Amino acid sequence: MRVDLQHVADFVEENSRVLDLGCGDGELLAHLQESKNIKGYGIEKDQEAIEECIRRGVNVIEHDLNFGLDRFPDDSFDIVVMTETLQALESPRKLLKELLRIANRCIVSFPNFGHWQCRFQLLFRGRMPVAEHLPHQWYDTPNIHLCTFRDFDELCQSEGLQVVERSVVDPQYRKVSKKSGLSNLFGTTGFYVLGRPQ
Amino acid sequence: MQATSRDNPGSVGIVSPHTLSFDQGITLQCGEHLPSFDLVYETYGELNPERTNAVLICHALSGHHHAAGYHEEDEDRPGWWDNCIGPGKPIDTNRFHVVSLNNLGGCHGSTGPRSKNPQTDMPYGAGFPTVTVKDWVRTQAMLADALGIERFAAIVGGSLGGMQALQWSIDYPDRVAHAVLIACASKLSAQNIAFNEIARLAIKMDSPPDVAPEAMPGLGLARMIGHVTYLSDDSMGTKFGREVKTGDIGQGRDVQFQVESYLHYQGSKFAQAFDPNTYVLVTRALDYFDPAIEHDGDLVETLRRATAKFLVISFTSDWRFAPDRSNEIIDALVAAGKNTASANIISSMGHDSFLMEIPRYFSVLGAYLDSVASEVDV
Repeated sequence: MRVDLQHVADFVEENSRVLDLGCGDGELLAHLQESKNIKGYGIEKDQEAIEECIRRGVNVIEHDLNFGLDRFPDDSFDIVVMTETLQALESPRKLLKELLRIANRCIVSFPNFGHWQCRFQLLFRGRMPVAEHLPHQWYDTPNIHLCTFRDFDELCQSEGLQVVERSVVDPQYRKVSKKSGLSNLFGTTGFYVLGRPQ
Repeated sequence: MQATSRDNPGSVGIVSPHTLSFDQGITLQCGEHLPSFDLVYETYGELNPERTNAVLICHALSGHHHAAGYHEEDEDRPGWWDNCIGPGKPIDTNRFHVVSLNNLGGCHGSTGPRSKNPQTDMPYGAGFPTVTVKDWVRTQAMLADALGIERFAAIVGGSLGGMQALQWSIDYPDRVAHAVLIACASKLSAQNIAFNEIARLAIKMDSPPDVAPEAMPGLGLARMIGHVTYLSDDSMGTKFGREVKTGDIGQGRDVQFQVESYLHYQGSKFAQAFDPNTYVLVTRALDYFDPAIEHDGDLVETLRRATAKFLVISFTSDWRFAPDRSNEIIDALVAAGKNTASANIISSMGHDSFLMEIPRYFSVLGAYLDSVASEVDV
């Protein structure tokens, strides 16, 4: 399984109802069904990924997240998971609020634009960063809303979103110190467990 | 689309319909009793010894039991869903035992308005009792009993056929493992009912309704109206555009557009083959269909008792049962905690897409049925 998905799986409790936004080929849900007896539904727009979910017997709904999540009622899930998708959305802020309407917990993972490699490439080479965790060239990237961990922290604060847990890893998926300055420099992927404003 | 050759390894080849008589009769949902009735059906592929690999095909408005293969060597066209049913096709007859019937009230061999009423010794005609989707499902279950099929591996239907598959999952939760709902809705909209009523009114203008088929312009008109709702503006534009068949637009006299000629042809061909009373009966069944009515219109509550897994497929250009209608079903299934997969297929061919060999559509359907087959080990 993709290492980052294993990381996400650790945050999901047994027997919960899980909505996986941008579920890809259904790898995470298939794993959670087997290991944690969850009831899961994936949302995906990629045709091949949907077919792969179907082959695996993973529940999948064809839907484009940019059309919003009105179709899911309040509190219809225990937890909403969104891995490596936030940065590709048209309105990430709006959607984050939606996640916490549908469930009172969500797990969001996204790549860090503040990683030193990105900073280095922009500062010294004057080029748009391309790195292991951000492999696309500027002209064909699906990532239209990249941010740094610090940016995201600030958004959570201004929106009053509760950061229940935060974990940051480097390209080898080793945990990086939680001190925000260091993690924003050396972390490539962040995993945030968010809760509703208190 | 090219017709499959009957010698083609992908064809089920020559098939024959069978008829089963149900002498115990049935009391229909409307309260009327049919003392006995016949159902005509076909099967393709072998039933496995465990009897677990049966797939039921439910037909739509004008469909019937002849879904695949050919009745005779020189038959012009194969069954109505031959592109999808056969060896190696999405509904793979090497793995599944496919059952396809003509519904009660039909005009292709099952008891219907053209059949003789044993009490009067005259055809039922317009006096044939009202039949509902629930009645169809019940008679299909009686057919399954007679064929020794306790539980279907899958029940598959497009349009009105999908509604039957949905009703099955609610009425006989233990007898259907998978329900495949294609281009359907959980109930008709006001617009859907409006089109049906216009069609029925057209038919009623054929007076009396039981005259020789060639004299039934009303039934033809009903079909023309229906046909337009099966296509899309795009597909009609591509197929006909503004092409003129006869006459000169410049002079504005005796002009016939290609699309007019096509619709006239479709209408009169249909009027010669189909029964007007069956058309009225089936459109009524469509209008009345609303399984949620048993739970005050709450589809989520209605679906709670279902145990089947669901595949819901819609088509982007379908405006008869648009993707949003499928989404209503999907959202209710998710809310009821049912296992569900869905796909919205890009197609310009409107509602008729469900009968077309669209690569992604067949690929999704094939992938799903592949997993159904693995579950029953075939």
